[in-house]
Amino acid sequence: MNSRTVIPVTTGDAVVPTGHAAPRRTRRRARGARFALGLALPPLVWQLAFFIGPLLVLVAMTFWSVKMFRLTPDLALGNWTHLLSSSFFWDAYLYTFWVAALSAVLASVLALPVSYALARKVSPRLQRLAILLLIVTFFTSYPVRTYAWQIVFSPSGILNSLLALIGVEPILILNTTSATVVGFLTLTMPLVILIQTFAIASVDQRLIEAAYNLGCSHGRTLFTVLFPSARIGLILAGTFAFVLSFGDYISPALLGGSRPPTLSILLTDQVKSGNHWPRAAVVAVTMILTLLTVVLGMLALAYRKKGAAA
Amino acid sequence: MNPAKPRPNLWLYGYVGVIFAFVFTPIITTVVFAFDVNRYPSLPMGGLTLDWFRQVLADASLSRGVRTSLSVALCSAVVATALGFAGAYVDYRYRFLGKNLYLALLTLPPLVPVVILGLAMLTFQSRIGLAGSVQGLIVGHIVLCAPFALALIRMRLASLDPDIEAAAWNLGATQLSTLRSVILPFCLPTILACLFLTAAVSFDEFMIAWFVGGTNETLPVRVLAMLQGQVSPRINAVGTLVFGLSIALVLISQLFNPGRRGRTQN
Repeated sequence: MNSRTVIPVTTGDAVVPTGHAAPRRTRRRARGARFALGLALPPLVWQLAFFIGPLLVLVAMTFWSVKMFRLTPDLALGNWTHLLSSSFFWDAYLYTFWVAALSAVLASVLALPVSYALARKVSPRLQRLAILLLIVTFFTSYPVRTYAWQIVFSPSGILNSLLALIGVEPILILNTTSATVVGFLTLTMPLVILIQTFAIASVDQRLIEAAYNLGCSHGRTLFTVLFPSARIGLILAGTFAFVLSFGDYISPALLGGSRPPTLSILLTDQVKSGNHWPRAAVVAVTMILTLLTVVLGMLALAYRKKGAAA
Repeated sequence: MNPAKPRPNLWLYGYVGVIFAFVFTPIITTVVFAFDVNRYPSLPMGGLTLDWFRQVLADASLSRGVRTSLSVALCSAVVATALGFAGAYVDYRYRFLGKNLYLALLTLPPLVPVVILGLAMLTFQSRIGLAGSVQGLIVGHIVLCAPFALALIRMRLASLDPDIEAAAWNLGATQLSTLRSVILPFCLPTILACLFLTAAVSFDEFMIAWFVGGTNETLPVRVLAMLQGQVSPRINAVGTLVFGLSIALVLISQLFNPGRRGRTQN
């Protein structure tokens, strides 16, 4: 509205005021440095100790061995070779990757019209309400929501009693991949819609108007101007959906019936029943490497130079 | 505005309705069938009852879970918000070598699947004798929650003109007193919002709690154990209570949070 609109620019150069104030006296500068460290260090130390530390131990543990049911630090490759040479691991890996990718694509495609409507069509009030509703779903217990799908899909459950009313054969999808995908969509759809909505809403309106003025049809404007301009957000949304689904334990276990097992199920089984933590760690590290690769690949795709775009 | 605005798009609105119905079906199902007399939920519903709620409230393991969850959520929220505030202010005020790495480190945890976080924390904490304790659980939840507080407070700070702080310094205020009398009051509503939001994140978290908590079962872990047992409408009743509590936390948080649009200063 007024001069305040410059704020984002100034916060980017937040050092400027410090630059004014700092050269005054060296003593003051020393105190300033202590002050800065006093603020910067606690979060850093905490995350190094309790986030990075555990991840490093996890990586180290992939080389440890289990002797007489006891975990012994070691430099053995046995855990890696055991898992990487077993077909059940690769089956689980491919299955997990495939279902997560499928869910990410489905979530992105199904959400896109909704995000478009929320970003460009509905009134601001309705938009705020919809966004609040979607955010609220993040904070409703995911296991309980998954259980609710069990109730809906069970052979004599809600869906099938509804279908019986209109004389349709019962649908039995519980303990199948379809049910797992439904669970993944429940988990990811709200986040995907939110990210897509923000991405589409922040596309410059003048761009769209220019396209119309140049005689571009409605559909063509969407697919050649609006969505490509929102590309970064759309790709990020899909990537988040993949990451969430790939690591999820609840849906494959409660809706998919653990069969075929996903990586997260292999992992928890090794800990809870097999009690072979190093092998669980190998599964975890392969998951991390996969996610890193996918995320970096998608970021490269999202931020690649315009010239490369079709 | 839109020059090529076609007829009111009923198909589009209908579609939005369908997707929202999909997203909310589990939530509505849980709440509705928490009141159903029938043991095996199906349509048409039987009569209404509050029995399942009575059974849930009388269940000692559940009320123990609630107590554990609430104390973990409270402690995690306070520490996570403090760490998040420090991180957000550092990002707002300073520029230094490796800042991106610093921020990445502080915001990364929610992007790591909780199964992996849980396993990593379990192995690490069992080395240092923390696993299986409530303290270990709190430590883990702080790691997960702090990034949310950081992001929210950083957004709030983005709407504060940096010159205001500089003005306070020029008038002789120390950095500490500026932080206390300028930055903190400005961020206070967001800080309160963060307390409730991070409490909600911790209250709903089940995987880290499952791995690390040992015998200290939080409510979600208890519920997860029930889910893997047999079908029982009590789960719907617990679910309804849990939904209610976490949604209340989020809505209170929304009430406090002025977000981006709050004025810079008056």
